[in-house]
Amino acid sequence: MLKLEVRPEPSRAMSIASPLIALAITVVIGTVLFLLLGKDPLRGLAVFFVEPVKSVYALTELAVKATPLLLIALGLALCFRSNVWNIGAEGQFIFGAIAASGVAMQATATTGGWFFVPVLVAGIAGGMAWAAIVALLRDRFHANEILVSLMLVYVAEQFLNYLVYGPWKDPAGYNFPQTITFLKATQVPKLFAGFRVNVGVVVAFVAVVAFWVVLFRTYAGFQLQVGGLAPAAARYAGFSSRKALWTALLVSGAMAGLAGGLEVAGPLGQLTPHVPAGYGFAAIIVAFVGRLHPIGIVFSAILMSMFYIGGELAQSRLGLPKSLTGVFQGLLLFTLLACDTLIVYRLRWTRSRAPAVVPANGDAPPLGPVVVSTVLPAREGT
Amino acid sequence: MTRLSKRSFVQLAGWGSLAALALLSGCSKEEKTTTTVAPAGTTTTTTTSTTTGAASAATAASGPLKIAFAYVGPVGDGGWTFAHDNARKAVEQEFGSRVQTSFVENVPEAADAERVFRDMVSQGNKLIFGTTFGYMEPMLKVATDVKDVKFEHATGYKQADNMRTYDSRTYEGAYMAGVIAGGMTKTNTLGVVGSIPIPEVIRNINSFTLGAQSVNPKVRTKVVWVNKWFDPPSETAAAQSLLNGGADVLMQNTDSSAVLQTAGKAGKYAFGWDSDMTAYAPNAHLASAVINWAPYYKKATKEALDGSWKGGGHTWWGVKEGAIDIVSISDKVPADLKTKVETVKAGLKDGSFAIWKGPITSNDGKEMVAAGSTPDDKFLGGINFFVKGVEGKVPGGDKK
Amino acid sequence: MDQLALLVAATLNSGTVLAFAALGLLINERAGVVNLGAEGMMLVAAIAGFATAVHTGNDWLAFGAGAFAGAVLAAAFGVLAIWLNTNQYATGLALSLFGAGFSAFVGIRYTQEKLGEQYSFHVPGLADVAFVGPAFFRQHPMVYLAILLTIAIAWFLYRSRAGLVLRAVGESPESAHALGYPVRTIRLAAVVFGALCGVAGAYVSVVYTHLWVEGMTAGKGWIALALTTFATWRPARILLGAYLFGGVTMLQLQLQGEGVQISSQFLTMLPYLATILVLVLISRNASFIRVNMPASIGKPFFPG
Repeated sequence: MLKLEVRPEPSRAMSIASPLIALAITVVIGTVLFLLLGKDPLRGLAVFFVEPVKSVYALTELAVKATPLLLIALGLALCFRSNVWNIGAEGQFIFGAIAASGVAMQATATTGGWFFVPVLVAGIAGGMAWAAIVALLRDRFHANEILVSLMLVYVAEQFLNYLVYGPWKDPAGYNFPQTITFLKATQVPKLFAGFRVNVGVVVAFVAVVAFWVVLFRTYAGFQLQVGGLAPAAARYAGFSSRKALWTALLVSGAMAGLAGGLEVAGPLGQLTPHVPAGYGFAAIIVAFVGRLHPIGIVFSAILMSMFYIGGELAQSRLGLPKSLTGVFQGLLLFTLLACDTLIVYRLRWTRSRAPAVVPANGDAPPLGPVVVSTVLPAREGT
Repeated sequence: MTRLSKRSFVQLAGWGSLAALALLSGCSKEEKTTTTVAPAGTTTTTTTSTTTGAASAATAASGPLKIAFAYVGPVGDGGWTFAHDNARKAVEQEFGSRVQTSFVENVPEAADAERVFRDMVSQGNKLIFGTTFGYMEPMLKVATDVKDVKFEHATGYKQADNMRTYDSRTYEGAYMAGVIAGGMTKTNTLGVVGSIPIPEVIRNINSFTLGAQSVNPKVRTKVVWVNKWFDPPSETAAAQSLLNGGADVLMQNTDSSAVLQTAGKAGKYAFGWDSDMTAYAPNAHLASAVINWAPYYKKATKEALDGSWKGGGHTWWGVKEGAIDIVSISDKVPADLKTKVETVKAGLKDGSFAIWKGPITSNDGKEMVAAGSTPDDKFLGGINFFVKGVEGKVPGGDKK
Repeated sequence: MDQLALLVAATLNSGTVLAFAALGLLINERAGVVNLGAEGMMLVAAIAGFATAVHTGNDWLAFGAGAFAGAVLAAAFGVLAIWLNTNQYATGLALSLFGAGFSAFVGIRYTQEKLGEQYSFHVPGLADVAFVGPAFFRQHPMVYLAILLTIAIAWFLYRSRAGLVLRAVGESPESAHALGYPVRTIRLAAVVFGALCGVAGAYVSVVYTHLWVEGMTAGKGWIALALTTFATWRPARILLGAYLFGGVTMLQLQLQGEGVQISSQFLTMLPYLATILVLVLISRNASFIRVNMPASIGKPFFPG
């Protein structure tokens, strides 16, 4: 029978191979699904993996879709590495969009083209403010940040609705729930004429580099990570867990807010009730699939965007239902998590009737940074 | 820390090879689908690119007219989208091999919609229908870029040379339902489950109340908002709270049959909306206000086929043109009430009857329509007040 | 008075969904496992239950199907999180997302289906007592089952040996393991009790609204998770919390119907704000939470 056996040391090869294996398994299951639905699996896979990268236009659309995912996931990666579980990035995204819109609506016909900068800054501030609530409640009242941030998502959604149905409704808009279309001055400059991709992509890449540097090359980043991996050690070393909490939440809130600001000042050009697009939740998957590592997140953001766009195309080209996208995304994460165990364990075929797996003390996996950097940090009590 | 960064380089290599693989396969893969998506500036590629590939793609001159539909909900919602899809099927039946239709459902009313419309254009569709208000901006953007494709937008108000808007006078259906409701209520309290407080819905609530008041001046209407077009659990809760508040006939502007079913469970009455909902709760069902998009879709298709299609206008059809009707009136409705409804219907058909005829007062006492006058479509299009008899204020309605 | 009775009735109805889900999660968390996949499980169970009801016309089979679907998904989660020691939060999230997509996918052909004519329930005799009758005794049997279940779980946790073992595993799996208990098996068994989330999901689609629409639970799974925390992991408090939440939801609709001049969006926010408020109040005292929370929540267990 197959047995799971602890490896003497976590396998480096597997930590690279694991996401690839997970992707392969997802593809296989996807193929089976296509066959079951009576569609040509090759065409199905092509729609998901090939079409979104086939032309310049497609690539720019991919960039437009991936940018908010990338930005939010970067912030979340920092958060999760610090063992702060911010599930409410969607709410921070919404609030950032609201704040950015508020500033954008102040523009007049004579405002210069630089105006998009304060708009984005407002977005950052909005996201930070919303995340600060979570940080405050956790800091002062020990309230669980998972639940508070999640509840605040629903609150933010309703607040958005209130604004676009009420005080911020476009007076010339026949009473429809939306703000005015923002003036050109507030629009984030596009990179190339004729495509929707804008400066946000540049911002995203700068952010990737910045995060990589901070996480892996600065003392502050080190502190945050130790706080997440071994809280007791961090306390002993004098790293402030309170500082870590606030930093993590404010940074991830800022990133989510920036993404929200980019969305309204970019492709959308106004604030509508449909701004919450689920990016905040999808970014969680992006963060995990990217191993909470800035470089990995770039690739996982692109991958997730391919799933999104592929899902849309699958509808119009193949008549496949939209829900497939969610199935693939969930499957990918599932299989990734399952494959990740192969980093710490290996499969062994044993002939004898082995007793229940209770390895001797010496075989127990070391719970230090070595393992935990590949297996995500365990959560301590509130 | 060094270990992590070394691993990150190896990871980089791993992901990089994956990405490279994807890109490579993209370049060398034989094109199974018709076109590459054209960048916004050029318009010629939409016609010429359809010649690649083995698929029987339509070129501009010969071959069937390709028509695409974008739906906001699922085809199986039994309501709004269902009605649109029925009309699409009617078009297929009428024009046979001269057209080729396709649809995409669950297209969100957000930035993503633009991509869907551009994809439809790149697939060779020449007539595109967007069936909800939220597609207005995306459609406009694509229409500006692609001048040889015709865009039809439902319930919107922005047009272009190659884009026009259309709508159905659902308020006529609401009025006729109101006539029935006014006659059937015993508590003189009616309830409406409202979806989103836009003018169309406010107008429907008002018309429903006016219709009820025409047979029973004492009725009051309560409104509860679920802030969604389609959300059965919320619709159920909203309907329940209206019933708890004393309403015994319910009406809805949402798209599922939840309200009707909730009324059925409580032994009260309700109406079907968007499509015939008799089967969902036969005992509670009084009538259904059904939208029929087929007449308009057939007209638009015919014009596109014979070249007489002109952009920039707004078409608002009602009972007269067969775009809205009240059907399946239950046997529980007494004969004289049925006759009243038929009279109203006939009056709407030949134009002799106007629902919105003054004097009409808002529920905070202001006279909105002077005695004897009949407001124009512009006024009707921007209604944001409740008529007398409706309780509460329009959410956000006082900001103008 | 009449209206208040009806409001109570509606509260009971709406709170039962949360109660079932939260009770299932309670057992999980008492064993030290956090299952963030509640939302996904509820959705899959909702479509499973609905499909069964459509094909067989039997509500109880539908509940069974929902429970089974919930159990299967919970087991998948359990194998990953308990045996392969994957990160519980991430695995739960994956389950949620997968469940949402999968249920939407399977449910496509059921969006237009309807169930047979529903009938209302009356407890004979009691249902006609003034006020109390319409308030409490005209509910679907599942509502009463939820109450009975709460009592049963409370008895199980605090009065039975098995419950004691469960709690021990939740507090200190290492000690339980040292005493020879099969910790991982017990945890897995507890996780499978997540089938109760399945029952909750089936309730939504088969009893509450007789329809299927994708995403119909609209966040109830997440709220159930919040419930277990602010009920400090005690069954009776969970039931009360569920009713509280259901009550606030129905109340805000009632207020709208009365024409109350607060914007409907703020009223809709009420239940969520209420949750945050209670959470803060409960968590304020750090030792209070620590005393009540199963100490090993979320932590992977390595035997040996």
